[in-house]
Amino acid sequence: MKLKEMPDEELFTRGHTACAGCGAATAVRNFMKILGKDTIVVNPACCLLIFGATYPLVAYKVPLHHVAFENTAVCAAGISRAIRMQGNDHTTVVGIAGDGGTADIGIQSLSGCAERNEDMIYVMYDNEAYMNTGIQRSGSTPFGAWTTTTPVGKVKAGKENFKKDMPQIMMAHNVPYVATASVGHIQDFINKFEKAKKIKGFRYIQIFTPCPTGWRHDTAKTMEICKLAVDTGMWTLYECENGKVTINRKPKGTPVAEYLKLQGRFRHMKEADIQKLQDWVTKKWQADEKLAQCKSA
Amino acid sequence: MVKKVVTGNYAAAYGAMRARVRMVAAYPITPQTFIVEHISEFINNGELDCAYMEVESEHSAMSACVSASAAGVRTFTATSSQGLALMHEILPIASGLRLPVVMAVVNRAIAAPINIWVEHNDIMPERDSGWIQVFCDNNQEVHDMVLQAFRIAEDKRVALPMAVNLDAFILSHTVEPVDLSEPEEADRFVPKYVPPSPTLDTADPKAVGVFVPPEYMMEARWNMDKAMREVPKVAEEVNSAFVKQFGRNWGGMIDPYMVDDADVVLVTMGTVSSTAHEVVDELRAEGKKVGLVKLRFWRPYPTEQIRKIVGKAKAVGVFDRAVSYGVGGPSYIELRNAAYGLSVPVMDFIGGLGGKDVSSPDIRFIYERLLETAKTGKVKKDITWINTRGVEQ
Repeated sequence: MKLKEMPDEELFTRGHTACAGCGAATAVRNFMKILGKDTIVVNPACCLLIFGATYPLVAYKVPLHHVAFENTAVCAAGISRAIRMQGNDHTTVVGIAGDGGTADIGIQSLSGCAERNEDMIYVMYDNEAYMNTGIQRSGSTPFGAWTTTTPVGKVKAGKENFKKDMPQIMMAHNVPYVATASVGHIQDFINKFEKAKKIKGFRYIQIFTPCPTGWRHDTAKTMEICKLAVDTGMWTLYECENGKVTINRKPKGTPVAEYLKLQGRFRHMKEADIQKLQDWVTKKWQADEKLAQCKSA
Repeated sequence: MVKKVVTGNYAAAYGAMRARVRMVAAYPITPQTFIVEHISEFINNGELDCAYMEVESEHSAMSACVSASAAGVRTFTATSSQGLALMHEILPIASGLRLPVVMAVVNRAIAAPINIWVEHNDIMPERDSGWIQVFCDNNQEVHDMVLQAFRIAEDKRVALPMAVNLDAFILSHTVEPVDLSEPEEADRFVPKYVPPSPTLDTADPKAVGVFVPPEYMMEARWNMDKAMREVPKVAEEVNSAFVKQFGRNWGGMIDPYMVDDADVVLVTMGTVSSTAHEVVDELRAEGKKVGLVKLRFWRPYPTEQIRKIVGKAKAVGVFDRAVSYGVGGPSYIELRNAAYGLSVPVMDFIGGLGGKDVSSPDIRFIYERLLETAKTGKVKKDITWINTRGVEQ
């Protein structure tokens, strides 16, 4: 499906209360058009639940289910098992959680579902911190980033650890489909959701979704930041289909500093730390490229 | 009906099979494990058409059951102790979403110290979780109550999850003769599943579980409270239907024994009830007017029924296989509430913790202490720890 062929009908409708420039809302609005009406959605306690489903208003035009924070994957799997038992082999079940709900507190149930190859799609919208509770550091927060739990102080400033590599962790589960996507690369995004929808078994898509509120950037710059993330190598667009890894877009080698300077969360970073992050990005890209070469057969 | 000699765990698993559960998600923990092993066997032998999720934790087991139930199928799981504690977060979500999940809880001590034997301290923290809770006294009752639990939980007036409690090892691993229901009998008693609450259906989209602001919270809580208050009536109806069909009467909310003319009454939960029953017979043969109330439903608590019985006695005791530290046993606290304003003295006896044996002489001691109080009107001790080294009884 081409972008211009996307259905007009919204399944995640206007009227939700996300911030202007929210990458997560953009992601959900678009992939729901691809997944279609025959979809059941599971949300944990996260921004998306609050801005998408605060009683008595619900932005979804499909069934929505919320249980808790750390169990999005297994709740989606429970639904999938239940509807398949009732003879329904067509409905797509999708769990949509943020990075905290996925990479940190949700990783146990996620890993279990991947290992059992549950028939479901799991989407992680990666805004690189606990945004709903007020911008706290997660395992997915990048090195150097300011958050409210990695504040810029007199002796310490920003996150000391590097971002957890969730796509690689998911690939290690040998599931049918793992992909990264970005709301700034919409055709690639559409292709991946179309592909995922057709596959049976466990599918994982991690989407780069900027958060203007938490990243301290201009709400008009969301797409520009998405593009820079890929061009610098901070975000690798790739997919793994039954073990075969394909890089969808090569980084341009744009210096990481170009990406950082648009965001207030990195403003305090010193030259040495920017270099440290640049070295990490370079190494990460090399590793991703090598992985694609090794697993291209 | 087939009579077989089986464990409590088998009786629980068999009951769930006969109720034709469609989704079971479970995680092993001693002494519950055999329940889910038996269910896996039923499925793999083609006796039960059911999805089985071998999840990676009890937290996920309860989560999967909640979501599968929300998707419109009858669900079951089982756990114990630490596993129940890990489920804790999800239990009020099952009840809050009004989903009739049924769970067998094999009551085991909660750590620390780590111990795998019977104690009721695992289920007590779940008192206010919105789960209906029943305690069993023998393996037949376990089988029968699993069947009844589906009917009670799924009743439209109720729509709440239900836990069937059985004592670790004393029931879970001990064999007793049990009348096991045949498929057609069970089908007649537990009808085809009709979800009592809205389900996740793409043909009729609804949200099951949304963020609720303060304006609507009181009403949600009130509806749950109202549903729980319907349980005694529904449980009695289900018990009557069970008696009619199977001929076994477990008594509904409580099972009183020799209480009408009793000077003293003891309230028990779980397997201590059987021991107490024997002791009542012995003491009655000696001409002592003692009675027993087997407290079956812990939630909702049968306050009015208990009050009527204890109001006629001269002294009332309660046997607690759990403790609320610094206060007394949970059942004692509840009984004092039921007896509020009555002049009858209420005494607590805490014992059998962590699988410590509770024998006839222990129960006899309790009755003698109660009889003494009935005679003198004096309470020697409010709370007595039974068989505890270094502690005077």
